[in-house]
Amino acid sequence: MVAQFRRARKGGVSVTFGQAETRILRHILGEMLELFGPEETTSDDPLAAALGIGTSTAPPTDPALARLFPDGYTDDPEASADFRRYTETGLRDAKRAAARTALETIGEPGERQVLGLEQAQAWLQALNDTRLVLGQRLAVTEDFEELIASLQEEDPRLGMLWVYDRLTYLQETLVHALW
Amino acid sequence: MSVAPVEVEQPEQDEELRTEKPWVTIVWNDPVNLMSYVAFVFQQHFGYPKEKATELMMDVHQKGRAVVSNGTREEMERDVEAMHSYGLWATMQHDE
Repeated sequence: MVAQFRRARKGGVSVTFGQAETRILRHILGEMLELFGPEETTSDDPLAAALGIGTSTAPPTDPALARLFPDGYTDDPEASADFRRYTETGLRDAKRAAARTALETIGEPGERQVLGLEQAQAWLQALNDTRLVLGQRLAVTEDFEELIASLQEEDPRLGMLWVYDRLTYLQETLVHALW
Repeated sequence: MSVAPVEVEQPEQDEELRTEKPWVTIVWNDPVNLMSYVAFVFQQHFGYPKEKATELMMDVHQKGRAVVSNGTREEMERDVEAMHSYGLWATMQHDE
């Protein structure tokens, strides 16, 4: 059985993950937490730290992180650097928190989880962030079927692309359960 | 007795408003974000009716980008930050 999110009768959404899904989701969401890194002491200045003002002004060097935290201005590197200083720490914290919420609510294999709207929203964000990172790493293109068809059978990306496809399906069911 | 569907007409935001609201938020197409998710985000964040949210999503998908909101610089910074939190690829710029 393939897990999917469903609208729960008493509000929120429900989902039951199988053994394989539970393990893969735990693994991959754990990887996401590592990617986000530890909560940083934002700045030596306690006021700046309290306001979530960070020190980074340049896009992350890891292209997957650069995709999660893109420039804020179309054509203005200076304004983008400022924007990043004020937003990236907070965004990183929110994404980390979403991945953590998802990780904590996977449940045991076969155990039906009922999630409130806030938890469901965290799942939506965590699934999307994970797909963005995988998509970047696996060089996913708009036509997924075409991409799969173009790969050699021994291509090492195939397994992870299968995981990516499952996450896509999960996220799609979650959007529909919420909307 | 029947209940008429509530259709909230959104006023068209065009030329005259644009001069007072000189900044725009643009969402760019990317190969990962789901069409359903993008439309859902536009409705959830901007409060657009489903139809308009879907139309904007289609613009992003087909034309590669769409202006999704306009306003002051501060307002657009909030919108861009929100889009980034949803994982959408958004930037802001001065409307020319």
